Amino acid sequence: MIQVENLTKKYGDYLAVDQISFTVFESEIFGLLGPNGAGKTTTLEIIETLRTKTSGNVVIDGYSLDTDPDEIKKIIGVQLQAAGYSPNLSLTQIIELFSGLYNVDVDAHQLLDKVALRDKARARFKDLSGGQKQRFSIATTLIHQPKIVFLDEPTTGLDPQARRNLWDLIFEIRNSGTTVVLTTHYMDEAEILCDRVAFINQGKIISIDTPNNFIDGLVSKGFQRPKPIKAASLEDVFIHLTGKEWKE
Amino acid sequence: MASPMMNVNKENKPKPYNNAKATLALAKASFIAMIRSPSAVVFSLLFPLIFILVFGFVGGSGIKVDIGLSHESDTSNFMYQALKSVSILKIHQDQSKLDMEKDLIKGRLDAIIDLKNPGLGRPLAMKVRYTKASLSQGSVLRSIITSILFRMTKAQGDPLKDVIDIQESSVEGRAYKTIDFILPGQLGFSLLSTGVFGTAFIFLSLRKTLVIKRFFATPVKRYSIILGEAISRIVFALIGALIIILIGHFIFGFTLIKGFITVLNMMILSTLGIIVFMGFGFVVSGIAKNESSVPPLANIITLPQFLLAGTFFSISAFPKWLQYVSNVLPLTYLNDAMRRVAFEGAGLWDVSHSIFILLAWGIGVYALAVKVFKWE
Repeated sequence: MIQVENLTKKYGDYLAVDQISFTVFESEIFGLLGPNGAGKTTTLEIIETLRTKTSGNVVIDGYSLDTDPDEIKKIIGVQLQAAGYSPNLSLTQIIELFSGLYNVDVDAHQLLDKVALRDKARARFKDLSGGQKQRFSIATTLIHQPKIVFLDEPTTGLDPQARRNLWDLIFEIRNSGTTVVLTTHYMDEAEILCDRVAFINQGKIISIDTPNNFIDGLVSKGFQRPKPIKAASLEDVFIHLTGKEWKE
Repeated sequence: MASPMMNVNKENKPKPYNNAKATLALAKASFIAMIRSPSAVVFSLLFPLIFILVFGFVGGSGIKVDIGLSHESDTSNFMYQALKSVSILKIHQDQSKLDMEKDLIKGRLDAIIDLKNPGLGRPLAMKVRYTKASLSQGSVLRSIITSILFRMTKAQGDPLKDVIDIQESSVEGRAYKTIDFILPGQLGFSLLSTGVFGTAFIFLSLRKTLVIKRFFATPVKRYSIILGEAISRIVFALIGALIIILIGHFIFGFTLIKGFITVLNMMILSTLGIIVFMGFGFVVSGIAKNESSVPPLANIITLPQFLLAGTFFSISAFPKWLQYVSNVLPLTYLNDAMRRVAFEGAGLWDVSHSIFILLAWGIGVYALAVKVFKWE
């Protein structure tokens, strides 16, 4: 679905992305993992046609980034880390705006149902909570039924309920045949969500594999956790005590 | 299970991408956002209406009487010298006779004076023709003449009738009310502030809030984003202009000499004005580093025009050197064209000189805007 070859991005002398190559398969959830400043967002934004690359090749669903950026825009849905929406518009009006931008007709209520925001249909974007903004932002990526959805730190800053419900949403997106590429700082999240992950550090890809293979590989080298793992985590307790539903 | 993702869209046939649809969606969204933002409504509608209200009731500012002196007039007599020395009188001699007559009817001239010296020993023949278009200025002139004669007879002692023979008459004209001067100026100012402030803020904030980045991730063309914003702003400004004109006409008696045609011509001028002024807005949004640097930059453009472009005071009341400044500003030409269209019933062709200068400003400003405009 996505082929990235020797992608490089230089800012002056600084190599933000250094000869990165990877492939994303159709209908998988692919995770880009790495510390802050590793080049995850830069890589995503180049693939999303929002930034220029210094060198390398990117092909998305058969379209080359160099020659067909407009075709690529039509088949991808993009959630940006810090994107804003017109603060004075209601969610329904923003969805109508993006339907126009993507040239599609969409049922705003149905779309808002997916992210449990139907009762906020008339609310303005600026009046939403952080988690609601995040969910709405994901909803706007789905307006035109994209083949690929890019999610840049979709769960950062969310409470456990919102995070787990968002996982369900991401699975749902994938199960409908859409390829998902995401970045995250939460390894438990990557372990559960991602079919394959790539570790990026200092602009380079260190390794790509399934989460299971990575973990098994480390264990087989004799790695042991300092503390034996329990059957449940504190987050499970949190969810158990406070309920599974969206809290806002 | 049929995929839930798939039934969001009502139809899913591949169609060629339609930029017009995207542009209109942007225009609609921008328009809704605009009427919900208090500052846009306040600047383009409320402020001008308040100024119209205040000035409409307070009435005229600096008094100045324009007199046309007929071509056959003798200028070697005492009356000419006396009139010339009165500072609030402005004597015009260089127009043709026909233009003078026209201006008298329109009230651009407050009176036409004819002075004839019939020879030694006989009284100076003075004809003063006032206009009903300018009754108050006319009465100012009448009292000036009276006081000149009073001073003179007191000094010389001759009976008045031996010195001068005054014949007064009055032509019909349309009364030029304060509102007829104030409203076009306020309309021009409304267009200027909507164009400059609105455009500068919206593009800066689209950039700062990354709204524009999200737009870029959609197939929309960049020119569609500009066009969409421009369309909504033009529509907003024209609705505002129409409201100002209608309130002015029905509440304050603003003169619309040819009725609907005049309104139409004023709307066409408004469209031209808002487009030119939006160019300034694009320039400001390109130069401004952040939202707080927009107001000073925008004020540099709007305030001098607010004061010097004949918005509140007639430019002819300014000293000559200041008039040169005024005669450079684009708003001067918009105001002038508006006034002539509204009060004199001038057609667009009659104000083509003003339109031409506005267009020249437009070309210059948009050339600069293209250079400094930033997308991110």
